[in-house]
Amino acid sequence: MSTEFAVAFVMGVGSIGPGIAIGLLVSSGLQAIGRNPEAASKIQTNMILGIAFAEAIAIYALVVALILKFV
Amino acid sequence: MAATDIHISISAEEIFTIGGFAVTNSIFTSLIVSAILVVFAAIVRSKLDTKTYRPSGLQNFAEWLVESLHKLIYDTTGDLRRTRLFLPLTTTFFLWILLNNWLGLIPGVGTINVIHSESVGTETEQTLQLTRQAQAQDELIFPESIEEVGAPIFGEAPLDAEVREEIDKPYAVKVPLLRPGSADLNTTLALALISVLATQLFGFHFQRFAYFKKFINFSNPMMFFVGILELISEIAKVVSFSFRLFGNIFAGEVLLVVIAFLVPLIVPMPFYGLELFVGFIQALVFMMLSLVFFNMATHGHDDH
Repeated sequence: MSTEFAVAFVMGVGSIGPGIAIGLLVSSGLQAIGRNPEAASKIQTNMILGIAFAEAIAIYALVVALILKFV
Repeated sequence: MAATDIHISISAEEIFTIGGFAVTNSIFTSLIVSAILVVFAAIVRSKLDTKTYRPSGLQNFAEWLVESLHKLIYDTTGDLRRTRLFLPLTTTFFLWILLNNWLGLIPGVGTINVIHSESVGTETEQTLQLTRQAQAQDELIFPESIEEVGAPIFGEAPLDAEVREEIDKPYAVKVPLLRPGSADLNTTLALALISVLATQLFGFHFQRFAYFKKFINFSNPMMFFVGILELISEIAKVVSFSFRLFGNIFAGEVLLVVIAFLVPLIVPMPFYGLELFVGFIQALVFMMLSLVFFNMATHGHDDH
């Protein structure tokens, strides 16, 4: 019971930060593309890299949750 | 919830052994992927058209692949020498990880099982089980002995039930035959180590001993602490590389299994689309990050 709560808690709390970060990244990325559509491909690549960095934090939480759940 | 019906294992499972070396399903799939890439390269090489310079079919595809990756790397490094040096390793990372990720989405991967006879527990436990089994058989063959001895045997009746359970427990374990290599932490850790070691080698190749000034610097106390932080960040790179790839692909596998378990029809389809995208992005991210780190290592602190 307490383990399941911990799993849900880790995942829930761990997703807050990356969620905000990805939102900010995409919003400013889209703004940049809107201002300078020619640079879209470069901005997109860097945006996806940034998203991957932010997402990695959620993935760490996920790995901890999976370890708690299955190991 | 009948969670026992879903087979989810966080680590790769052994499917057979070659001379004491355990071959897990991840290694098996990785070898298949490597074989596909090697065969593809060999076929393209043998059919290479050097007379008319008019590529067709497979060669077109291979040229498109190499040219677009070359352009991607050149855009990052802005230098032909570095591009030539980084292209083989980063392209291999990309293609190998991409194929591994996408292979996990083919129906049958993770669902086709092989039966692997797994020796349960240590040797002493096994012999204990055998003796218990023998005891149980004895009691079956000579039922009158129970009546003769009487009470003490009846006192051990619960143990008899335990022995029954242990005997009923299957010794052969069903294990999925295929599991994408990138859904195993060992594989991603190996890739991360290769990438970080290559970073050091490229740094040393371009800057010689000046490269290590980044880590060990006694010029002033501030730079000394920055050096320590740089050392830690190299180790953190290994962790983040390996966990990012493993977490994404393994989470994708779990997601697909759970969705297919809840609603087997039509609903999993958009998730397959998502996993195709995630598989591509993760391969690209691994390649781009390696490339950026390689490129950063080759430029000295004073260059820019």
